Amino acid sequence: MITLLEARNIGKRFGGLQALTDVSLTIRKGEVYGLIGPNGAGKTTFFNVLTGAYTPDGGEFVFNGSELPAGKPHKIVGRGIARTFQNIRLFRDLTALENVMAGHHIRTKAGVWGILTQNRFTREEERLTTQRAYELLDYVGIGRFADVVSKNLSYGDQRRLEIARALATEPQLLALDEPAAGMNATETGQLKLLIEQIRHDGITVMLIEHDVKLVMGLCDRVAVLDFGKKIAEDVPAVVQKNEAVIAAYLGGGKHAH
Amino acid sequence: MNELVSAVPYLGKRNPMAARWLIIIIALVAPIIAWQFGKSWVRILDFALLYMMLALGLNLVVGFAGLLDLGYIAFYAVGAYTFAFLASPHFDIHMPFWLVLPLGAAFAALAGIMLGFPVLRLRGDYLAIVTLGFGEIIRIFMLNLNYPINITNGPQGINMIDPINLFGWDLSRNLQVTETFSINSLFLYYYFFLLCVAGSILFIQRLQISRVGRAWAAMRDDELAAKAIGINTRNMKLLAFSLGATFGGVAGALFGAFQGFVSPESFSLMESIAVLTMVVFGGMGNIAGAIVGAFVLALLPEILRDVAVPLQQTLFGTVILDPEVLRMLLLSLAMILMMLLRPSGMIPARARYAHRENMKQEGAQ
Repeated sequence: MITLLEARNIGKRFGGLQALTDVSLTIRKGEVYGLIGPNGAGKTTFFNVLTGAYTPDGGEFVFNGSELPAGKPHKIVGRGIARTFQNIRLFRDLTALENVMAGHHIRTKAGVWGILTQNRFTREEERLTTQRAYELLDYVGIGRFADVVSKNLSYGDQRRLEIARALATEPQLLALDEPAAGMNATETGQLKLLIEQIRHDGITVMLIEHDVKLVMGLCDRVAVLDFGKKIAEDVPAVVQKNEAVIAAYLGGGKHAH
Repeated sequence: MNELVSAVPYLGKRNPMAARWLIIIIALVAPIIAWQFGKSWVRILDFALLYMMLALGLNLVVGFAGLLDLGYIAFYAVGAYTFAFLASPHFDIHMPFWLVLPLGAAFAALAGIMLGFPVLRLRGDYLAIVTLGFGEIIRIFMLNLNYPINITNGPQGINMIDPINLFGWDLSRNLQVTETFSINSLFLYYYFFLLCVAGSILFIQRLQISRVGRAWAAMRDDELAAKAIGINTRNMKLLAFSLGATFGGVAGALFGAFQGFVSPESFSLMESIAVLTMVVFGGMGNIAGAIVGAFVLALLPEILRDVAVPLQQTLFGTVILDPEVLRMLLLSLAMILMMLLRPSGMIPARARYAHRENMKQEGAQ
């Protein structure tokens, strides 16, 4: 198995709160990797550090064999990591299509002069961006809403649109922050199919999720965070039986005594 | 142009072709109609066109990129003073118009970047305050840079600026067509400014439907998400400031040449606010809004001045309210009504950031 992402001793502190302590993990190419843990365990912080929204206090990420620039979101996206947000963050006033087209920004190059003169390169690039955006909307199953302003989409469709927008950046690693939050069983089932499709198409997926059934059914391997530390990492079936994990989720166990 | 066309009431949606021609015809005959009411009205229309350019440029910064700029008039000042320095007896430099205009635009763009850098991390109220300060700094520079070396001639301003000269054709002279028929210089300026506004609309429309326009809109709607999809928000902000400033600079250069005189008092905070009001009044974030807002708010005070005094004299026998006071009063009233009845402006159209033609083509597949 080829390693896609390696996190080495990632640390992040907010004032007096140590949000992440020496977190190390390895994600292999082509797998679905779950990151779970109780609320406040540091999962989203890990995402934010990985995608450059925060700069880590210590440690580094190695992606495809070279180090990621810390705290430089657009460069990290350029290297091939895309994310979605726990609380949906779409471009509210743009249509679904325009949201996805905006996602293609980093893979396009037209400058002001090209846009002004509408030269062949710019027109061709614009055409490809549009075409790709339509394809992606169909891919996630909301093609018929292309012209709907995104704030008017239903909740489930907004989640799908966010995934389509992330895919438009042409990532190798797609980081999903609680994609099933607020979804009913049917919607979650559809989401599972979509994520499987994404993996099948060669994109590695990293997933934060609270829905245990989804995580167990979908992930190849799972890491568990508790109070900013990694307490377990293995295939779901083994993690499920891990004592420290059970203690972290239910309280009690060794910590309480 | 498309947005402007669909903003035409009734016709816009039903018959875009007719609406398009209607706009073109109105734009072309407007000064001829205005001429019937007196020469000064054509002059007012000329100024309205300059305001349109300003509103278009500010709309790019505030409406598209979501960066509230309360000092926009500073770029207008930079353009106007650049023109005044390089084409007037003040330094005795008389560079040709086609050289000075791009220079004015370039200096304004530079000023835009100078403003942009320190405010990159600011948003909302904080950004507004700093840009307001920037506008005042530029004005005060113009006011005080006459000592120890006289650069700007201080509060007296710079006089006798060269008129616009298009390859030997002087726009400030009436065009003698036949011995008895001549076209007034104000018309020549009008049509030249109209051309500039049309060019600006084309330019901005193209920017809007492009990767840059979408990146601005993304940044405006959610900066964090924009970063997360790989938009370099620093560069995009600087681009918005400098391009917006370019329009201000061009409008300023045209203003200096048209008026033949610049002084710091033309670039007060009130002017910045007036341009912002035009953008908000018309409908932020769309081209048609900026055009309509600028047109209405540039004309309204002049119409008021013309109507208010005689009206009061016939009604009350004397002038109770000075037109200047009345203007502020009515403007405020209009803004309040606006906020209550049409909070997103007179033309609240949502701007498009993708081609409609593309949509049909690809959608059918």
